[in-house]
Amino acid sequence: MSLGSIPPKYKVSIDREQCMDCGRCIENCSYGTFRREGDKILIQSRKCTACLRCVSMCPRDAISLTENPVDYRSHPLWTREAREDIIKQARSGKIILAGMGNASNLPSIFDRLLLDACQVTNPSIDPLREPMELRTYIGKKPSKLEFKKTEAGDVELATKLSPNLKLETPIMIGHMSYGAISLNAHLSMAKAAKETGTFMGTGEGGLHRKLYPYQGNMIVQVASGRFGVNVDYLERGAAIEIKIGQGAKPGIGGHLPGEKVSAEVSRTRMIPLGSDAISPAPHHDIYSIEDLVQLVRSLKEATEWKKPVFVKIAAVHNVAAIAAGIARSSADAVVIDGSRGGTGAAPKVFRDHVGIPIEGAIASVDQKLREQGTRNEVSIIASGGMRNSADLAKSIALGADAVYIGTAALISMGCRVCGNCYRGLCPWGIATQRQDLVDRLDPEQGAMQVSNLIHAWTLELSELMGAAGINSIESMRGNRDRLRGYMLDEGILEVLDVKNAGA
Amino acid sequence: MCGIIGFIDKTKSTMDGSKIKAALSLMNERGSGDGAGYVAYGIYPDYADCYALHVFFDNMVEPKTKVDEILHRWGTVVHQEEIPTVEQPGLKRVHTPWRYFFKPFDDMIGGKVGSEKDIIKHIVMEVNSSINGALIFSSGKNMGVFKASGWPEEVADFYRIEDYEGYIWLAHNRYPTNSPGWWGGAHPFNLLDWSVVHNGEITSYGTNQRYVEGYGYKCTLLTDTEVVAYLFDLLGRQHELPTETVVKALAPPFWDEIDRMPPAEEELHRAIRLTYGSALMNGPFAIVVASNEGIVGFTDRIKLRPLVVGENGDKLYISSEESAMRVLDPEVKNVRTPRAGEPIIGRFNA
Repeated sequence: MSLGSIPPKYKVSIDREQCMDCGRCIENCSYGTFRREGDKILIQSRKCTACLRCVSMCPRDAISLTENPVDYRSHPLWTREAREDIIKQARSGKIILAGMGNASNLPSIFDRLLLDACQVTNPSIDPLREPMELRTYIGKKPSKLEFKKTEAGDVELATKLSPNLKLETPIMIGHMSYGAISLNAHLSMAKAAKETGTFMGTGEGGLHRKLYPYQGNMIVQVASGRFGVNVDYLERGAAIEIKIGQGAKPGIGGHLPGEKVSAEVSRTRMIPLGSDAISPAPHHDIYSIEDLVQLVRSLKEATEWKKPVFVKIAAVHNVAAIAAGIARSSADAVVIDGSRGGTGAAPKVFRDHVGIPIEGAIASVDQKLREQGTRNEVSIIASGGMRNSADLAKSIALGADAVYIGTAALISMGCRVCGNCYRGLCPWGIATQRQDLVDRLDPEQGAMQVSNLIHAWTLELSELMGAAGINSIESMRGNRDRLRGYMLDEGILEVLDVKNAGA
Repeated sequence: MCGIIGFIDKTKSTMDGSKIKAALSLMNERGSGDGAGYVAYGIYPDYADCYALHVFFDNMVEPKTKVDEILHRWGTVVHQEEIPTVEQPGLKRVHTPWRYFFKPFDDMIGGKVGSEKDIIKHIVMEVNSSINGALIFSSGKNMGVFKASGWPEEVADFYRIEDYEGYIWLAHNRYPTNSPGWWGGAHPFNLLDWSVVHNGEITSYGTNQRYVEGYGYKCTLLTDTEVVAYLFDLLGRQHELPTETVVKALAPPFWDEIDRMPPAEEELHRAIRLTYGSALMNGPFAIVVASNEGIVGFTDRIKLRPLVVGENGDKLYISSEESAMRVLDPEVKNVRTPRAGEPIIGRFNA
């Protein structure tokens, strides 16, 4: 082999003094990093993905894992990554696949936005003593109210409200399909959504019958492959989401490998057992905005105009104009997925290079809709790399109504962001269909962890709002006056419509 | 801090400004001598059908020429003059207060400018955002704002406030944190008939500002109170909401309370919150708003600023402090403190 191998990414070692030879590492590693030979546990570091399952399960804390120290000749342009990608492609002649979100080195805008708090001139509000309102309605809202006089002379409301989803917290769980992730992962998140008064997306994988008890908290997705879609599915959802694009891979479709299409996945998706499930890049009935309008209306007709319909798009350069077009349809919410959004598998070049960060996308969409007087026509749901309650608070202050979390929810169930979701061997029982692995995730336990996370962020958001003297989420939304930029350039500050720190 | 006071005589009997000056001065503890102001309704009966535009000019050359030009483009100046003032030792005159009595041309109505009032709104926004050295701080009919940097007595004496006779008076004693020393930053804030006096700080200002700016209002006065005048103009005038509903949009009941309401009422309050969420005002405030129909006072939803109400026959008083009310009317009755967010409304008798 003229190219030779590229160096292993990680180096795993066992402290033999500490090791009690229990073999849990061998059992737990689905990638085959560990094996027993005679009375010794041997390690093949090259197989390691840094999922940290072995480290977490070792009763003696005997396992160490580091990034394998290999020094290429240092070069500012020809980084290790650049060289290794070329070697891989020279060997395969193929597109490089990658999991999870954008791994490029670009700075996060969220980290350079700072939140505000009250001092002296206005009192901060203690959420433990005073009401703090996070209730959020997602859906179309009137831009003004009309009243009429009844025969008796009373004034009554003439405006009829469109159906809205009522959230007890502005945190929703984003669309990750059954197939890409396991049934137990879906069950954990669905129970958590119900318990915390919020909603969860099904992804493009249909709705497994075991999730029917939670359907009141599920948003069913209609994506370009139309997997699992029939009228029963649409009617079960609390809302319907049309997925046009995804932040991790704008402009391209999806691919669920046949190995992940088990009997249950096949039944739920309504596709043959073991076949690859390929979602085309565009919807083959949507080639323009007016086609989208028709699909929105068709879905509404099919469900008797009782359910909100969302449209999800990736944050691309022209996101504001696209969202403005969506706001002119009958859609009730636009979901914007930023370039740091996660994925089970995406071509690395898309994941790291296509689309714009969610911060700029929220700011420009909110601005455009206000300019056009259509901000009340749609809610804005932001997603793509929401790591903590600060990202959440900043998203809302920039103008979002709510956020979707994806990767964060997976991490709360055990995921360590190793990025090998597409291989179907997830040792945490999340991104896999192998029953022995799936069984590792207990839905009751998983649900508790996901709800804990949502509760914790909700509490932190309440504290942040209280400190800013705000007791209702409406007054946080679009309140860019309570943000300041730090080390952001003037161009970005202008897009965000945020002042500099100290200004 | 700041002290506010409001008065209405529901029979439209007028009162001169001397007592309101005395009442406001009693609350000097709440101010810092950096700003005070008054607004009175019913003061220009001879020009009742004209918009009285009160303007601060930094000089009488460039800014005034530009304002004149805009006004002549949009209508007729029926009369104009310098607002009579008397120099006060402690008050530094930084602007020349001027007033125009102005009638817009009917044939200029069209497109986005759908009414006479839209013309006035447009002129105010254009002057205040684009002409250096000119600020229109009062623009309603048969009413006028008088304000400056200084203690309440000085500002009152400067404008000879006792010479005006009004059936509504609002007054404000300022302790500025945002823009001290700037006359434009003193209260009351006004647009068309709406005048606002405000004690507090609006933590939702950014949200409210983005909301009204979507409807063509421009926030140029460097302080949060002006947005209240624009919210009243948008919801009360343009959306034609009753005053009670405007207050319910600005300081709505909590969801817990709404959930417990009977169905029709629940739906109404839910609709108000869904539709006008961006108009909700957060943070500590006590506000009195006046228009040619009456006055309304209310506080924030958890009442972080004081407000008391009193009555005497056809007279209604709203104030930060009861003592100030008693200076206006020693016979004041039914003195009480309204609940958080409860609108106190005084309208003229039919």
